Amino acid sequence: MIAADAIVKCLEMEGVEYVFGYPGVAIDPFFNSILKTKIKTILVRQEQCAAHAANGYARITGKVGVCAVTSGPGAENLITGIATAFADSIPIVCFTGQVDSKLMGSDVFQEADISGACESFVKYSYIVRDPQEIPRIVKEAFYIARSGRPGPVLIDLPSDVQMLKMNGFDYPDEVKMRTYRPTVEGHTVQINKVMKELSRAKRPILCVGGGVQLSGAKEAVVAFAEKHRIPVVCTMMGIGVMATDHELFYGMVGNNGQPCGNRAMNEADMIIMAGCRVADRSFTQPDLIMAGKVLVHIDVDPAEIGKNAYPSIPLVGDIAHVFEAFLEQDLKVDTTDWLDTLNGYRSLGRNQKEAALKLSLKTKSRRTGVMPAEFVRRLSLSMDDNAIYVADVGQNQIWSCQNVDIRNGRFLTSGGMGTMGYAVPAMMGCRLAAPDVQAVAVCGDGGFQMTMMELATMKYYGIPCKIVVMKNTVLGLVRQHQHFVYHDDFSMIDIGAYPKLDMLAKAYDMDYLKVEDNDHMQEKIDAFLKDENSVLMEVMVDPAETV
Amino acid sequence: MEEENVKKKLNKKTFQLLVDNTSGVLSRISGLFARRGYNIESITAGVTADPRFTRITIVASGDDDILDQIEKQVRKLVDVRDIRELKPEESVYRELAMIKVRANAEQRQSVIAITNIFRGNIVDVAPESLMIEITGNSGKIDAFLRLLDGYEILELARTGVAGLARGTEHVVYIP
Repeated sequence: MIAADAIVKCLEMEGVEYVFGYPGVAIDPFFNSILKTKIKTILVRQEQCAAHAANGYARITGKVGVCAVTSGPGAENLITGIATAFADSIPIVCFTGQVDSKLMGSDVFQEADISGACESFVKYSYIVRDPQEIPRIVKEAFYIARSGRPGPVLIDLPSDVQMLKMNGFDYPDEVKMRTYRPTVEGHTVQINKVMKELSRAKRPILCVGGGVQLSGAKEAVVAFAEKHRIPVVCTMMGIGVMATDHELFYGMVGNNGQPCGNRAMNEADMIIMAGCRVADRSFTQPDLIMAGKVLVHIDVDPAEIGKNAYPSIPLVGDIAHVFEAFLEQDLKVDTTDWLDTLNGYRSLGRNQKEAALKLSLKTKSRRTGVMPAEFVRRLSLSMDDNAIYVADVGQNQIWSCQNVDIRNGRFLTSGGMGTMGYAVPAMMGCRLAAPDVQAVAVCGDGGFQMTMMELATMKYYGIPCKIVVMKNTVLGLVRQHQHFVYHDDFSMIDIGAYPKLDMLAKAYDMDYLKVEDNDHMQEKIDAFLKDENSVLMEVMVDPAETV
Repeated sequence: MEEENVKKKLNKKTFQLLVDNTSGVLSRISGLFARRGYNIESITAGVTADPRFTRITIVASGDDDILDQIEKQVRKLVDVRDIRELKPEESVYRELAMIKVRANAEQRQSVIAITNIFRGNIVDVAPESLMIEITGNSGKIDAFLRLLDGYEILELARTGVAGLARGTEHVVYIP
């Protein structure tokens, strides 16, 4: 048994189904060894997409996603994918080939110090020098990736080390790390404090973030909100924790959120933040929002607590554990009046939106194409209840998160890093993770072109896909920024009308649909969702449309 | 307004870290300070009695929120076993400085006299220079350097602060 055999053996022990990757001489021993296993490999078209696909796979299965690429340029291309996973705390393990260990540091062909380059956006990294360490390293890597606050772990594999003989193979049953021990259980004293404050609160609100999904705490969090009738708002990464149409859900907060959600935060007297990091896009001025309120901040990562906001009750722990503990406690919370107020805000918001929609539809001569907000609403309402909606980055993302309707499904996007091109490869990962679940990638024409080469990968492996491209021939979010800030002094925003998406769809043997106006929107959406083949839907959007 | 000034006051803290003696551990820690814009006034590192671990002493400056974040972010690093503040009243700090001063035969005696007062040692004598070794907390070394004001300092090497907490209360025992 050589070291490469040992690595893939470890992957089998970890229950790995898929490895997304791209080969090269430095990682060839690894891919050669994988032939002897049942692990399936997915050869992508560019390394970044391997990391995004592993990301999508991890988010849907709750398992660790795995990718493997070669040294130098291969590893460097992976960087954006690693940073994207880090920003959203997604558990992936990335293997990179490395040059011969004796040549490392001498700038040989295809050498890059990848562990050095990624240091600030991996949770941990290893350079394997002794093959006997492999079982321990891989065991630790998977554990670090998925435990505590999840994140990417990098394992750099010099090519000669992969070929060395193993003196036996013993995969450890448990991780023995002297230094890494995340706090999972919430502290009882802090939990009791939260309960005490909650029983006093008149206007409590629960703000949920991506950490709730990561910890698998959705059921516990919803049960807690329902038990005490506490209203819920979410951050972008927390969309889908609560069904959009749930009576206790009041929308997304932040500068791209719904007015109703933001108003609820402003007027609350107690805020419980669960699994969100009080990030700049959700809370532009945390001090102002938190002033005079009881703030509870629950997160598994102690460093997030007190970084952007200063909670009155910090509570370190895994969201699932903490909310299970909350549920065990009995207390009386009366939120009837508070919910009445919020319901008023919510219907006001809905009425305003309806009115705006009607007005826009009447005055459609002003803008060409489709109303993106209405398109997203109709698309998501027509999708299956458990469907996966993958939003790319840009205006399409903001339209999506403001208008998407998620019942029992998932909403995925690159929230922290805002990586354009995330949606198509991530959706590929989702399709492999849950082949029977409907999944749709919604992109703009900018982001789509960053990773559209993966259409070939999906065709090759027979993975049917549904892709929406909102086409406005500009980089819309940047255009919008320059419209407001530079008063239409536009720079670097025109990307033109190419490629012709009908011909592109044909090139990849995909079906093609085009939505040019609001009138035919629904029938096209229905045809799109019903199609069993891979299908590309081009949605024409006016370049001057803003979010 | 006054309250805000108090809050943002720049403070110094000395942290003691116990870390796994892995390759790249020092770069992981110094990299964290660099990318998050934390100030390091001094950093020293050396292996402990147990060769699996390295002890690092870091003097950092920042307002209280930053110093709080430094502690949390460092603790989060996988290689870090322990981080704690070395509070001045409960700890002993030492720094070593080596100073090469230009001094001819005439000046030599007066430099030696100052050095003796500070319990420093002369470790090298050359026709035109003296090398002084002095140990103490940073304040003592600063004071000594001020006294050398009239002399030309040719070269100066300071090790940075190393420190330990007094007594047995804060000792981390690792099996």
